[in-house]
Amino acid sequence: MTERDDIIHETHETSVVTAFEGAVPVDTRQPSPIRRFSSRYAPAVAAFFTVIIVWEGLTRLFSVQSFILPKPSEIITSFVETSSTIWGAGFNTLIEAASGFLLGTTLAVATSLAAARWVGFREGMLPMAIALNATPIAALAPIFNNWFGLTNPFSKTGVVAVVVYFPVMINTTRGLLEADPAELELMRSLAAPPTEVMRRVRIPNALPYFFASMKVATALSLIAAIIAEYFGGPQDVLGQYIVNRAQLFQFPDAWAAILVASLIGLTFYALILVAERIFMPWHVSMRRS
Amino acid sequence: MPPAVEARGVGMVFGRGAEAIEALKDIDLVLAPGDFASLIGPSGCGKSTLLRLIGDLATPSAGELAINGKTPEQARLDRDYGMVFQSATLLDWRNVKRNVELPLEIMGFESEARAAKAQEMLALVQLEHFADHYPWQLSGGMQQRVAIARALAFNPSLLLMDEPFGALDEMTRELMQQEVLRIWEETDTTVVFVTHSIPEAVFLSTRVLVMSSRPGWISDEITIDLGTKREEDTREAPRYFELITEVREALRRDERGKA
Repeated sequence: MTERDDIIHETHETSVVTAFEGAVPVDTRQPSPIRRFSSRYAPAVAAFFTVIIVWEGLTRLFSVQSFILPKPSEIITSFVETSSTIWGAGFNTLIEAASGFLLGTTLAVATSLAAARWVGFREGMLPMAIALNATPIAALAPIFNNWFGLTNPFSKTGVVAVVVYFPVMINTTRGLLEADPAELELMRSLAAPPTEVMRRVRIPNALPYFFASMKVATALSLIAAIIAEYFGGPQDVLGQYIVNRAQLFQFPDAWAAILVASLIGLTFYALILVAERIFMPWHVSMRRS
Repeated sequence: MPPAVEARGVGMVFGRGAEAIEALKDIDLVLAPGDFASLIGPSGCGKSTLLRLIGDLATPSAGELAINGKTPEQARLDRDYGMVFQSATLLDWRNVKRNVELPLEIMGFESEARAAKAQEMLALVQLEHFADHYPWQLSGGMQQRVAIARALAFNPSLLLMDEPFGALDEMTRELMQQEVLRIWEETDTTVVFVTHSIPEAVFLSTRVLVMSSRPGWISDEITIDLGTKREEDTREAPRYFELITEVREALRRDERGKA
């Protein structure tokens, strides 16, 4: 039994007794937040530093050339020295990724709501969407460059939006449709009109699916933006920077730019986690652990 | 005043052709307002199906069914039903208070009226101190009491309960039975209660309808003359045991009749 099960179990037992003996809410005591935080994340932090140290040690020991794998110390040096350039490029890439993410997610949610509401729309659209979802959409990048122009930011934003659209749409639609049949029956017994069922049962039920797909979409949006940049366009973006530095054999610079991309991705992901906590505090994954 | 429930020759068939299953056949039933009627019978006798027909969660394939003198659909649209299912079916994302308010929100009540009513209902099921708790923080019995509070929040004339205490332990179950009786006395609701526990049916009901299976029909009816005031002592009264025996024999008679 995990710690969480234990806590729930305890709450359960105490509640039964107190409920019938005058009903007093239950207090579940927890260890201090700092201790919980450190005991939970210490292994991850230790593993991270171990990997860095082993990486540094092995590359030194075997004198690995930096065009194959630079030492972490070289990457950090480059990261510090070129910080204004790579963060500037990172910012531009983030703008593409974030605006594509917003556009794609918005369209996806709109489609999902329509698909959950109208059976005909759903049956017509979903099979095609599932087929398109299996297509490697980043391959569209050169075509988008052709449609909107190499320097038009929408060439990149558009690719990101399409890449983000499908997983968010498919998962959100599933969440809207897979509401608990008992809950739907309850709504029926209350003579709730479809809009009420949507608002009070289907949408809350879809939130976990929606957030799970958004978490996947954060990483996808950066991948799509950088790949779209590889195919040309403005130079002060991560994709072009990485391509250029690699061509000049400045691999630590390229790795420093990848590090920037990864930090941006992590921040993006963390923002979604925060949003998730705000919008669905009731969910299983949010219960004290 | 029209009967709370009036069924004439009601039948229900699932599927069609060779695979059709006749779940209910020739159900005749009249329940007066204020009755506490239990449907009891073996698994698969169609007692839940009959409850679902009464509650307009399914439509009979034969016969006439009237609820408060209306069609079941009209009764549902008029919100004559409060339903309690075997699982509490609380919405996880709402705390206890907002779960109880759900029907009132759908009906368009103002937030103050809702809060007042929810408070009253939670007092009725003795959970007023748990208003801000979430369903997962409650025991099974407490969750089921929230479901009862929700079902009664809009003063429905009929309370339909489908094995509401089936998942509870014996002690909690007996406490819940007391609560339901108290609520039934305090409100003037007609209750249709599906169970497969003989003591539960006898303890709670004014009438026990014994059902037999394949096809499901009402094979016996036993009037429970234990008076309206029932307490823990009732469970030890000789008459209580006689009635339990009577219901048990009625159930056995059906099984023998088929064998």
